[in-house]
Amino acid sequence: MKPVKFDYHAPASLDEALALLRRYGGDAKILAGGQSLMPLLNFRLSRPAALVDLNRIPSLAYIEEHDGQVRFGAMTRQRMIEFSPLVARRLPLLREATKWVGHLPIRTRGTIGGSIAHADPSAEYPAVLTALDGEVVARGPKGERVVKAKDLFVTYLTTSLEPDEILVEVRLPATDAGAGFALEEFARRHGDFAIVAIAALVVPDGARCRAARLATAGAGPVPVRLRAAEQILERDGLTDAAIDAAAGRAAELVSPDSDIHASADYRRHLTAVLTRRALRRALRVAHG
Amino acid sequence: MSPTGWIGKPVKRVEDARLLTGRGTYIDDHPPVANLHHAAIVRSPHAHARIAGYDLTAALAVDGVVGAVTGEDVLRHTKPFSVGVTAPVHYYCAATDKARFVGEPVAVLVAKTRYIAEDAAELVRVRYEPLPAVVDPERALEPDAPVLHDAVGTNLAGHRRLVYGDPDRAFGEADVVLKERFRFPKYGSTPIETYGVIAAWDSLEGVCTVWSNFMGPFIMHPLTARVLGLPENKLRFIVPPDIGGSFGIKTSIYPYIALIALAARRTGVPVKWIEDRREHLLASSSGTDRVAYRELAAKKDGTILGMRFRWLDNVGGYIRSPEPGCSFRPTGNFVGPYRFRNLEVDASVVMTNKSLTGPNRGYACGHLYFESEGMIDRLADKLGLDPAEVRRRNLIPADAFPYRTPTGGLYDSGDYQAAFEKALELAKYSELRREQARARAAGRYFGIGLALAVDPSVSNMGYVATALDPQFRAKPEYLPKSGAVDSATVKIDPLGRVTAILGTTPQGQGHQTIVSQIVADELGLTPEEITVVDEMDTFTRVWSISSGTYSSRFGSVGTSAVALAARKLKAKLVEYGAHLLGVPKEQLEFRDGAVRPTTGKGPSYSIKDLAGRAHWNTESLPEGMEPGLQATAVFGFTVSKAVDAEDRVNSSNTYGFIAEVMAVEVDPETAAITILRYVTVHDAGTIINPMIAEGQIYGGALHGLGGALYEELVYAEDGQLLTGTFMDYLVPTASEAPTIDIAHVVSPSPLTPLGSKGLGESSSMTVPAVIANAVSDALGPLGIRITELPMTPTRLYELIQKART
Repeated sequence: MKPVKFDYHAPASLDEALALLRRYGGDAKILAGGQSLMPLLNFRLSRPAALVDLNRIPSLAYIEEHDGQVRFGAMTRQRMIEFSPLVARRLPLLREATKWVGHLPIRTRGTIGGSIAHADPSAEYPAVLTALDGEVVARGPKGERVVKAKDLFVTYLTTSLEPDEILVEVRLPATDAGAGFALEEFARRHGDFAIVAIAALVVPDGARCRAARLATAGAGPVPVRLRAAEQILERDGLTDAAIDAAAGRAAELVSPDSDIHASADYRRHLTAVLTRRALRRALRVAHG
Repeated sequence: MSPTGWIGKPVKRVEDARLLTGRGTYIDDHPPVANLHHAAIVRSPHAHARIAGYDLTAALAVDGVVGAVTGEDVLRHTKPFSVGVTAPVHYYCAATDKARFVGEPVAVLVAKTRYIAEDAAELVRVRYEPLPAVVDPERALEPDAPVLHDAVGTNLAGHRRLVYGDPDRAFGEADVVLKERFRFPKYGSTPIETYGVIAAWDSLEGVCTVWSNFMGPFIMHPLTARVLGLPENKLRFIVPPDIGGSFGIKTSIYPYIALIALAARRTGVPVKWIEDRREHLLASSSGTDRVAYRELAAKKDGTILGMRFRWLDNVGGYIRSPEPGCSFRPTGNFVGPYRFRNLEVDASVVMTNKSLTGPNRGYACGHLYFESEGMIDRLADKLGLDPAEVRRRNLIPADAFPYRTPTGGLYDSGDYQAAFEKALELAKYSELRREQARARAAGRYFGIGLALAVDPSVSNMGYVATALDPQFRAKPEYLPKSGAVDSATVKIDPLGRVTAILGTTPQGQGHQTIVSQIVADELGLTPEEITVVDEMDTFTRVWSISSGTYSSRFGSVGTSAVALAARKLKAKLVEYGAHLLGVPKEQLEFRDGAVRPTTGKGPSYSIKDLAGRAHWNTESLPEGMEPGLQATAVFGFTVSKAVDAEDRVNSSNTYGFIAEVMAVEVDPETAAITILRYVTVHDAGTIINPMIAEGQIYGGALHGLGGALYEELVYAEDGQLLTGTFMDYLVPTASEAPTIDIAHVVSPSPLTPLGSKGLGESSSMTVPAVIANAVSDALGPLGIRITELPMTPTRLYELIQKART
C-alpha cells in the first residue's frame, strides 16, 4: 500500500495553488485534511501527478458571521467547528452533525471544505449543506463563483467544481432563534459514514410550521433535499400526523442503492424512520 | 499460594512503559542485517484461474528491482506443505498451476524499496485462464461444482463421522427432538501489527535465518524446513521482542516465511516483507465459515440425551495446517459443560475459492457454542422451561471432577454450578426477567441470553489426528502424536540477581510480568528484581514441537515451566546451603528469599550470599554438584495422549469454564441492538494477575462481538472479496464496547504447579452465543430465532419485516 510516485507542492498562497492546478492541467489533487485522499493514494485508486497541499495557507481557516450567513474557510478543521461558540449559537445543526463525523483524530485533521468537495453522499456535512440550502465559493482562473448546494453534488464523490477550481469557502444561513434542529443517524459503528442520516430543521410558528428543511445522507448517490416532505409540514403544521406523512413521503423521495452494509429497501425504510425521529426531536428542541 | 503472594495481585505490566511510549521492538523496527531489500507480492485477481505463464520483462526492467520469483520457481525449488489429511492437496507457498482464491500469491518482486517493488509488481503480466468459482461449502460439494484440486477430484478435503455412546438409541428414546441449521461467518482478528518476515541466507554456512512475528516455532518450523529442503538445524527462526497481537492469526504466517526465504535465496539479498492491511484482509488467515445442522434429543424434564452435529467447515482454496483443527480442536469438549454421553459428529472439511483459514481466537469453539447454546435455548422454549433451569438440569456436577467426557476430554477441575449461579446473581437474572415482562407489556423488544462454555486451553497437538480414519491410524507405519510442552530457565548471577529466560513469543499478553510474579513468589523476591527475557530463537532456546503461544498455552504450560525451573533452582540452593552448614538438607527449607532451618532458629543463607559463594568459589560446592546456579525445566502434560481407536482424545490439557448473561434491547424500527447488561464469570483456576486476566476477557468479548455483529469476510458469488478494507470489514471499537461485569470462580487445576489454566480466548467463544440468544429472546414475540451471524442490521431488518407480514 504505497502510493504511485507524485510531485508534492505546499504553496503559501491561494494564487500559487491555483497556478499549480493550472500547470498540471487537471492531473493534480488538492490535499486538505487528507482523511479520504491519503487512503485513496495508498490503495493506488487515486494516481495524481501531483498533490497541492493547502495546509500552509493560513487564510483558508476561519469562521465568521456575515449577512446572516456563517462562513467557513475551506480549511477550517471539523474539530474547530465542534468547539466554536459561534457555530453553537448560530448553526447548532452543524455542531450536532460534527459530532457524527469520524473520530476525534479524524476531526482534528478533517476540514469542512475537504468533506464537502469529496462529496461522499454518506457524509454528514454535505447533508447539512443541502438541508440548509448552503453554498460554496469556488475560485478558479476566471475568479470566484458561488455554487448552491443543489448544483454542487453530481454523483458519488463527484461535484460540479472544475479541476482547476478550489473550494475556498462554505456558507450556511444562520439559524433563527426558535428553530428546532436534529440530525438522526444510523451507522453500524460510532464514527462510520452513515447508512442513512437525516438532517432536519423546523421553524414552528404556533401550531404552524413556518419552514422545514430536510436532507439525507446515505440514501442515494448525492444528498437528497426532501422538499415534498418539507411541504407537507409547511402546509399541515408539525402534528404527529403531518410528521408521519412527511416521513412516509421522504421514503418515496429517495433512490438508495444496495451495498455491503445495507440493502436499498432497508435504507428507504430507515429514511422514513429517521425522518420521523429527526422531526420529533427537532420539534422538542424548538420548544426548549 | 506462596508466602509473599505476588501471584493473584494486579501487578502493573512491565511491558507497558515501552509499549505505550512507542519503544517496543517489532518486526518492522528490526534491522537485523545490512543490505535489506523489500518485497512486494503479486496476487491473483481471480478466485479460480489456471496460470498459463508469466511475463516479467517490464517489471525486471524497473530501476532498483533486483529480482523476482514466480510459481515456476516455487514448483522447482520448494515442496508443498504437509497437512493432516490424506487428500492429495498440494499447497505451496505460492500458486503454481492454478490460483484458487483472490489474493493468492503468484509472484514476488524484490527491490531496493517497497515503493519500487510495488511499482514493479504492477508491471508483472500473468496469463490467467479464468475458471468458474465456488464459495459456498454446500454448493462446493454438489456434483457439478467446479473442482479446485484435480488430484483430489472433489472439494472435500476430509470427512469424519465420529460416534460416541449410542446416539441412535438416545434419539429413539427421546421425548423431544429438535433440529436447526446454523451459519457461522468467516472472520479474523486484524491484529494491529500485520505479518512481517525478514529472510537472509548465509550461503557459506548454508543457513537460512528468518526474523518474523511468528508465534511458534510450533510444528511450522519442521514443516517449513522440509518445504525449503533444509535440515532443521540450518533454518533459524528468530522472533523480535514484541509482537503486536495475533489472536491465533499469526500461526498461519509460515507460508510467507517460505516464500520470502525463497525470494532471498533466489535474489541473493536479505529480503523484508511487511504485509499491508489490504493483504492482511485478503490473504492472511481467518476462522472458517461453517454451515451446521444440529439435532438435540431430550426428555420432557429437559434432560439432554444426545446430540447430532453435522457441519461443513470451509477452509478456502487449500487446506493448510493446523487445519482441519476447525473441526477437531474441540473434540474433547464437544459436549461443553453438559452431562449427556451420546453424540454423533459428521464433519466435512470443504475447499472453496475463499482465502485460507486457521486458528482464530477461540478456534472452532465460537462455532461450537453458538450452535449448542442456541439448541439449549430452543429446548427451553419447546418445553416451556426457563433457559437457566434447563442448563442447571444438565450441568456436570461439581463432585464429578476430574470428569472424562464421552469424546475423551479430561476436565481437570471445575464447579460449573457455582460459576453459573454467580453469573445469574450478578446479572440479577430474576429482576431482568421481571424487567423483560414489563418491557414486553410496553411493546418493547427486550431479551436475555445465557451461554455456558468449557474453555479449553493448551491444545494437545495429537487431536489433529482425529481427522484420520482409525484404520489409517492403526497402520504400523503411522506415528501417533501427542503433547503440550514448554521450557524455561531461571538463573542467578554472581551477585545474586535473577533472570528468567523463555521463548514463549508473547504477543502483548504480558508474559514478562507474569513470569516476574511467579519467580518473585518462588524465590522470595519482588517482581521488579527479576529480569525476564522472552525471545524465541530456535538456535539458542530449548523448544519442542508444540512450543509457542497459541491455544491459551502460556497461563498453563509456560507458567508451569517457570515455576518448576525456579523450584529446581531452590532445591539446589537448599542442597548447597545444607553442605555449607553441614546439616542434612531435610533440616532446611527455602523461605523468604533465604535457605533457613525449618525450625526457624539458627543461621541462614540469602540468595545473594549463596550466589556469591557458588559463583566465586566452586570449591565450596558439595561433591558432585554441577557448578553454576541455573535450572531449566521442561514442563509437559502427561494427560496429552494420542487419539484412541474410538476417536476419543483429550484435545486440550486444562479446561476452564465460562458463564455469561446478557440483556439486550432491539429497536424494531432500525434493527439496532443495544447491550444493556453483560456479565461474564470465568473459572480459569488460579488467577496469576487479575488485571491481565481482565484485559484478556475484555479483548475476547470484543472479538466475539465482532463476529456476532460486525465482522465478516464477505465474498461475492464469483469469489471476489467485498470487505477488503476497514471501510467494509468492520471491527468493533471502544465506542461499541459494552460495560462488562467480570467475576471469577477459582477451581485450581490439579495438573499445573500453580493451579492455573489458560484464558486468552475466553469470551470470544461465548459472546456469539450469548448475544444471539439474547436477540432471539428479544424477538421471541415475533417468532424470530437467530441462526446466522453476523446479525447485521439489514439481516435483522429483513427478519423483522418477514415476521411482521
